[in-house]
Amino acid sequence: MPTIRVKADGDAALETRDVHVHYDDAEAIKGITMEIPRNRVVALIGPSGCGKSTLLRCFNRMNDLVPAARVTGEVLFQGENLYADHVDPVEVRRRIGMVFQKPNPFPKSIYDNVAFGPRLYGRPKDLDDIVERSLRQAALWDEVKDRLGHNALGLSGGQQQRLCIARALAVTPEVLLMDEPASALDPIATAKIEELIQELVEHYTIVIVTHNMQQAARVSHFTAYLYLGDLVEYDVTDTIFTAPNEKHTEDYVTGRFG
Amino acid sequence: MSGKRHYLEAPPELIARRRRGKVFQGLCLAATLVGVVTLVVLLADILVDGVKWLSPTFFTEFPSRLPARAGIKSALYGTVWLMGLVALISFPLGVAAAVWLEEYARKGWLQTAIQTNIANLAGVPSIVYGILGLAIFVRWMFAITGGRSVISGALTISLLVLPILIIAGQEAIRAVPRSIREASYGLGATKWQTVRHHVLPNAMPGILTGTILALSRAIGETAPLIMIGALTFIAFVPDSPRDQFTVLSIQVYNWASRPQDDFRGLAAAAIIVLLVLLLSMNALAIWLRNRYRKEW
Repeated sequence: MPTIRVKADGDAALETRDVHVHYDDAEAIKGITMEIPRNRVVALIGPSGCGKSTLLRCFNRMNDLVPAARVTGEVLFQGENLYADHVDPVEVRRRIGMVFQKPNPFPKSIYDNVAFGPRLYGRPKDLDDIVERSLRQAALWDEVKDRLGHNALGLSGGQQQRLCIARALAVTPEVLLMDEPASALDPIATAKIEELIQELVEHYTIVIVTHNMQQAARVSHFTAYLYLGDLVEYDVTDTIFTAPNEKHTEDYVTGRFG
Repeated sequence: MSGKRHYLEAPPELIARRRRGKVFQGLCLAATLVGVVTLVVLLADILVDGVKWLSPTFFTEFPSRLPARAGIKSALYGTVWLMGLVALISFPLGVAAAVWLEEYARKGWLQTAIQTNIANLAGVPSIVYGILGLAIFVRWMFAITGGRSVISGALTISLLVLPILIIAGQEAIRAVPRSIREASYGLGATKWQTVRHHVLPNAMPGILTGTILALSRAIGETAPLIMIGALTFIAFVPDSPRDQFTVLSIQVYNWASRPQDDFRGLAAAAIIVLLVLLLSMNALAIWLRNRYRKEW
């Protein structure tokens, strides 16, 4: 039995109930039940192939885009099952934003990158304000305010990733999912992203997948350790890294394997 | 005995091995030259025969029994009409089909069957399309197409280039990275919004290149057009899609089969015009490809 000591006390941003994910015949997630407390950072850690990215993608139905993937169980958001028949995945993704492993700005201007999301729903009149606010929230405004019309591909990797965060924030999601957001960045850019995560959590709930255990320790309130599709341990981050309950967790966080 | 040889010097056995390598290299070069030299000789021959016939009147006169007064006006107009209509017909159809196959079709037996069919259709001899065009566009749809008209020809050639265009379009669409699609979907874009704003704009240079290359293949097609009854001798230019027409390749065919030397010169001149058109289209395709080459 896994050790799960994180309870949202009725204030969960997200909640999974016995979630399984199959890719064709292979079971990538083997029944995970957990709660993500609101306005907290939850880190998902574990060795490659443990299912942490797959689990993250269950939270905004990104797995729908993989034809072979099949999700069973429930993922509750505002008390509503994301996988219920009446739910439209497009609406889910508007509420639950995502930042990807590799910065993936559109080959368009910086402005158009941020404005793309809001424009999807209509023609917002205060688009300039939305773009500025989002770029400020992503701590990128000062660096790009004079060249909003420039192609986003001209930015550095770290700037591109903050642009992707700004782009995700522009549609005012409630939850931000981050899939190894700093793994392609240098240490300075990584530090900026981590700083940003700590500011953003005042307004958002953040779930972050990371390979970097120091990063999980620095930015998250709670950490979930996954292994081969099972949730092994889910506890306060300090506990996971200093006094985990499971031997397996301890072996992983101390670098004995993985 | 072998004391004179340096330690790292090539032994006789290695020299023999190297010689075999050289022979192979030479054979490969010869194979390359067969194609290139033949082409160069052919081009030179055509240039020699045809250049002296390339006068301004050659472009402004209709074909004539008298070589000195013969021109390619009707054929040139016919080719431009045909290519324009083929582009208008095949481009939207090809792009839409490629988008459906790449973005919408569920991977399954139906998609596989269609895909296999398209790949096979790309290799079907063009005369077969001519027979199809004759049966459907000239005869069956006579009321609409007007029979042996430029629109019948354009529809036939469109069928011919569609498989090539679809395959080129699919490749261009597939080259748009998954990460761009994910970013778009991740923001709450629908499939249509993702295709409209990201997939198509980013694939467009590739699609355009493919379209031009498909058209440059079509510009030289003769057999299917003869099959559907494009005329070999025609002394007017088409005014509407329902008019009769001829094209450069048919004009070449017609002139080249005459016994008089002068007509062969005219044929060579028409070939030069056709080649210039073809090379310009290919150059445009290459320019497009380089201009919009993306680094992801």
